[in-house]
Amino acid sequence: MANGEAAAAAGGGGQRLQLLKVLGPVHVWALGVGIVLVGEFMGWNFTVGKGGPAASLIACWFIGLLYTCVAMVDSEVTSTVAAAGGQYAQAKHIIGPLMAFNVALYLVLAYTMLEAADALVVGDLMAQTAAELGHPGLDPKPFVVLTIAALAWLNYRGVAITLNVNFVITFIAFLSIVVLFFAAQPWDLGEVLHHDELMVGLPYGWIGVVAALQFGMWYYLGIEGTTQAAEETRSTRRSLPLGTMTGMITLLIAATLTWYVANGLLPWQYLGQSGVPLFDTARVLGIPWLTGFLFIGTAFSALASANGTINDASRAWFSLGRDRYLPRLFGAVHPRYRTPFRSILFLIPVAISFGFTGLLDQVITFSILSGLLGYTFMTFNMVKFRRQWPLGSIDRGYVHPFHPLPVITLFILCVATYFATFLGYGSTLLATMAFYIVISVWFHLRRYKFVERGSQFTMPWPRPRGF
Amino acid sequence: MDFWDILSYGAWIVSAILLIWMVVDTFKVGAEYSEDYLLSSQEGEDIIPEEDNNG
Repeated sequence: MANGEAAAAAGGGGQRLQLLKVLGPVHVWALGVGIVLVGEFMGWNFTVGKGGPAASLIACWFIGLLYTCVAMVDSEVTSTVAAAGGQYAQAKHIIGPLMAFNVALYLVLAYTMLEAADALVVGDLMAQTAAELGHPGLDPKPFVVLTIAALAWLNYRGVAITLNVNFVITFIAFLSIVVLFFAAQPWDLGEVLHHDELMVGLPYGWIGVVAALQFGMWYYLGIEGTTQAAEETRSTRRSLPLGTMTGMITLLIAATLTWYVANGLLPWQYLGQSGVPLFDTARVLGIPWLTGFLFIGTAFSALASANGTINDASRAWFSLGRDRYLPRLFGAVHPRYRTPFRSILFLIPVAISFGFTGLLDQVITFSILSGLLGYTFMTFNMVKFRRQWPLGSIDRGYVHPFHPLPVITLFILCVATYFATFLGYGSTLLATMAFYIVISVWFHLRRYKFVERGSQFTMPWPRPRGF
Repeated sequence: MDFWDILSYGAWIVSAILLIWMVVDTFKVGAEYSEDYLLSSQEGEDIIPEEDNNG
């Protein structure tokens, strides 16, 4: 035990434990892209089922615009709020405690449910592999639990090793998409790719385009998670905007390549209901090493996503504990690994129980809706942030351009996506809303009295305009 | 018992070891360090003991 730790263990020394500041832009990229890239390997293709190939491309780019707005707006605020909890810390400083509590819950539930879904994907991949090798009926549960336990252990041991691993497996997964694109010989149209025969216009009309928007979120869902690393980056002002924006560019490229190759090789009726569309696309090409590479890419993307979501959910939960929105014990930092170890441990059984419900569809929809509520919050948050702390009043690491156009665009696209979700999952949408209303009432009546109101505003900002 | 059955049991065992390790470590840390120290993190503060800032 180091001298400082020995003194601290005795309760003296006056030292504080902080999360370790070791991350750079590459780690931020690995966190954001790592969480999202699994959406390129599965899930996005339901846009094709909802509205056909053209609707899928419209959803890919329109939702890409939504997330570009999210990344820009988020980067500006986070470059000034160097705190774990990301959007929670933003809401706490700019809107108020009730909004902050809700935003943190959106984050924790969205990420923990996504983690469960990712682990289920790994379990299913193992079961499919076993079936193809002559062992049908393999129980995926041990592999679901192993995925969650192993990645939680990695997160428990340190943020640097967690995101270094995430960088390697995310990069390999991204590389598999690029290799698949070139293997399809895009320079020789008609030879391998047959868009001319497979593009069928809009089989369900424009309502199919609207319906596709909900699943278009799969291309990018989670990039906003980069902000959870704010307290652990060496230079928040530089690393957060750089990592987030390069991550968003990577995803726009990956999404477009994914759409292009898959829709040039698979009929839309099949693609629209495939469980592993990119893997199926590789199988159609009939190149064994490429099929193997895409299998690895699919597995790595799911692992990277689960790894990143554990990181993000635990930071949001930790922040709630630190500010006494939840029991204070969750705000503990590990004295050796400098991680929010109790929050990581507490969320393991929560993720496993989500994974064992078997309601993957509902779990994912709840996760997406929680994310969407968070994006809607960002629009109000940004307007208030610019109004109360105009440009020049505080030092910003990044200033997003054309304000308020991105905020207005984001709000309109959020409303369109709510409508799309209502079309497909109206009851889940209403249940989600009801859940957050009930939990808000609970927070107001029973929990808010424990919050230390005076110590919440931690950023060295001047008094807001109008106060 | 074939390879896949062994792999499944292996997954359960490794999961249990990792989970138990984390639970035991959490209790050990709680016993070794004062609660005030473990909860001393504050948002917006970057004060880190120099000897511990090695990773």
